[in-house]
Amino acid sequence: MRRSLHALAALVLVAPLAGAQTVAITGGTVYPVKGPKIENGTVVIVDGKITAVGAGVAVPAGATVIDARGKWVTPGLINSSTSLGLVEVGAVQETRDNGARGTNGVAAFFQPWEGLNANSVMLPQARNDGLTTVITHPRGGWVSGQAALIDLSGSTFEQLVRKAPAAMFASFGHVTARGELYQKLRELLSDAKAYATRRAQYELGNSRTLAATKADLEALQPVLAGTVPIVIEADKRTDIEAVIRIAREFKLKAMVARGAEAWMVASELAQAKIPVLTGGILNIPKDFASLGQRTDNAALLRKAGVSVLLIADSYADGETFNPGNVRYEAGNAVSAGLSWDDGLRALTLAPAEAFGVADKVGALAPGMDGNVVVWSGDPFEFATRAEAVLIKGRRVEGPSRRDELQQRYRTLPPAGYAKP
Amino acid sequence: MRHPVFVLAAFVPLLPLGAQATGRPAAPDTARKATYVAGALSVPNADPFPSTYRARPARTVLIRNATILTGTGQRIDNGAVLLSGGKVVAVGATVAAPPDAEVVDGTGKWVTPGLIDTHSHLGVYPAPGVDANSDGNEATNPNTAQVWAEHSVWPQDPQFPRALAGGLTTMQILPGSANLFGGRSVVLKNVPGRSVQEMKFPGARYGLKMACGENPKRVYANRGPSTRMGNVAGYRAAWIQAEAYRRRWEKWLETRAGDPPARDLQLETLAEVLRGNIYVQNHCYRADEMMQMIDIAHEFGYKIRSFHHGVEAYKIADVLAKEGISASIWSDWGGFKMEALDGVRANLALVHAAGARTIVHSDDAVGTQRLNQDAAKGMAAGAAIGINVPPEVAITWITSNPAWAIGLDDRIGALEAGKNADVVLWTGNPFSVYAKADKVWIDGALAFDRGDARTWWKTDFELGFVPVTMGGSR
Repeated sequence: MRRSLHALAALVLVAPLAGAQTVAITGGTVYPVKGPKIENGTVVIVDGKITAVGAGVAVPAGATVIDARGKWVTPGLINSSTSLGLVEVGAVQETRDNGARGTNGVAAFFQPWEGLNANSVMLPQARNDGLTTVITHPRGGWVSGQAALIDLSGSTFEQLVRKAPAAMFASFGHVTARGELYQKLRELLSDAKAYATRRAQYELGNSRTLAATKADLEALQPVLAGTVPIVIEADKRTDIEAVIRIAREFKLKAMVARGAEAWMVASELAQAKIPVLTGGILNIPKDFASLGQRTDNAALLRKAGVSVLLIADSYADGETFNPGNVRYEAGNAVSAGLSWDDGLRALTLAPAEAFGVADKVGALAPGMDGNVVVWSGDPFEFATRAEAVLIKGRRVEGPSRRDELQQRYRTLPPAGYAKP
Repeated sequence: MRHPVFVLAAFVPLLPLGAQATGRPAAPDTARKATYVAGALSVPNADPFPSTYRARPARTVLIRNATILTGTGQRIDNGAVLLSGGKVVAVGATVAAPPDAEVVDGTGKWVTPGLIDTHSHLGVYPAPGVDANSDGNEATNPNTAQVWAEHSVWPQDPQFPRALAGGLTTMQILPGSANLFGGRSVVLKNVPGRSVQEMKFPGARYGLKMACGENPKRVYANRGPSTRMGNVAGYRAAWIQAEAYRRRWEKWLETRAGDPPARDLQLETLAEVLRGNIYVQNHCYRADEMMQMIDIAHEFGYKIRSFHHGVEAYKIADVLAKEGISASIWSDWGGFKMEALDGVRANLALVHAAGARTIVHSDDAVGTQRLNQDAAKGMAAGAAIGINVPPEVAITWITSNPAWAIGLDDRIGALEAGKNADVVLWTGNPFSVYAKADKVWIDGALAFDRGDARTWWKTDFELGFVPVTMGGSR
């Protein structure tokens, strides 16, 4: 019973590939993330998988060659917090599919990816910016639902989804009294545990009232088992300390998102192996939960040994229209003291490890999927462009909607419109 | 259509303090010499909340060996700037300096004018963003031309010092965009003040915030306007009243027969727009709506100084150029609502290439700290479609062009002799993500020095509450 439910819930899919295809990216400065940079390096991808990375690697016969001389080559970037495919136009309710109704603020059961819009106009512009993989997650309530890790290429949700569920998302931003919220989370987790040991009695109606619906209690099982991480949005030190405590009590694989004051408990987070999803720009005490917000948060966390996953939380449209701006969060974080290598790691290997896909993405090494970006220069710089983006070894290109608009209006008036 | 009678009268610094004793309004011809008395009689254009800004003591400073972007389109490599008496005295490849000048070595660094934001809500939407301090939108009537943003500004907003650390020296604080007429803006210098008056830019004009499109019709859906045509009817009805009010006052000033007309704060602001004294700062996203706003301006004989947000400005950039209307826009923010859906990254570059005055604005407390970074994104988007905007031109988007939009281009926004010494020394090319403002001068006084904790500014609110001065951005 339990296994079959999970089999349905856990879609781990790989997009079907066309026939044999070999790509060689040659002559660039390659940043494999695992290991030092390689000057004049070559990356070979066969049938969607990386087969070789290094200097002096031979280009296989018949390979499509991408000349990367003078360019920087990195793994495809990962934005660990987006609404891609779930929200099209933020202010238009009918285009929002990221908030479930839930029960009393709990929607643990919610798996938004079946409602994912593979035709979203946001996807091409995100991948043109060098994102190949993102977390797309629900919002609302205090347990919002489950997130999917998706690659930005595919025409159905099954093709887009790399791993789902990739995480459970919850929030400590929805507060009556903080202590009450922590207790409610404990009660929810305890009841989910209790439910798992008494499924039969529950089905017969021989159960006290539990803190959530059956679907929610089921959905929390992999969180309790530590196979699905729980990401808890929390800014205030008090909230982050509660995350550390509750994660220890229930042996959860937890992460903190936003984490304005995470730097205050950096060593505790490092010790508890709790990664932090945060940006590299915010510094405003925007509410009483984030009085300690500081630009060098990521740098301080990293210094203490915390795994940092960068998100575009300083850009109001960093989850939908401009998730690619996350690379500027990295640039600013580096400006504030993070090492450049850690900046790249926070956009590649760190999220891949945190979401359990580091064997496939987040680095350039034989056996990994061919998610690769060729940049005109330093990917954290504004002047730099993603010149070639490959997802599972296939180049994704073509103008986004906004590219088409600016092409249309490149000369005024556009063709077919009257001159004033 | 427009009457120049009050042109000087509204110009605050020209109001002689001594005139307060005269106690009666002057005849129209003397009105041009601005002898109106603040608060003494019920006449428009008084200055009831005068600036009490005082420049801090300024030393004579020579910055040399730096790359200088003048804000006038020039770039001087390995150049020097001399500041003295609160003014820019000289800029060039070599500059003669008096022996007592403090020398700042700019090797490897860049120098620009202080940055200017035409669209800020600092102080009116301060941090922390609690309801008690949320004072930016008087969303009680579609026309609140009578409100003045300065009466909502909280000078202890922790967002001010963070903007200073980003090189921002001057900002126009606007009311929000809930209303067709949101109220008067105020131009502030980014300095600590116990009152907003201590931050007010002496002699700056007021602006009038107007808003098109979705916001007013959403906010007033139940009482109207609930449509775009309702919005337009609302603007026109108000201008008709304002025109009548302006004529009533002019007639009385000519004849001075009987009692003066009753003052009306709302109409006073609108009449000042019709006289050309207050600049229209018009929130508007869509190209077709901007075109309608231009027609309304023609109908009533006023000018729009800047369209704000204008995510579709690139569609009518030729018209903006012809009309002399500036575009206060973002590099890439968009997509969040229907009227913002057609935002493109080359908006800045396309508007610039069409010859219209291009401005990077923020409307955001985070963005206002990094206008240079937003401009850099716009440069990159231009380059991607073959419009190359060099740094010496892009810097005008965040200095001299916004100075023009708020009517202060004769005083700020450029490094040239006689201009106010609002200057930023950057750690490198300001359009690099790694560059930071190293030192910032306002009127020649050192307002921020990244390396000197004595210059770091912590607002009253932050004492005890906020553990890190200037959010770690120092």
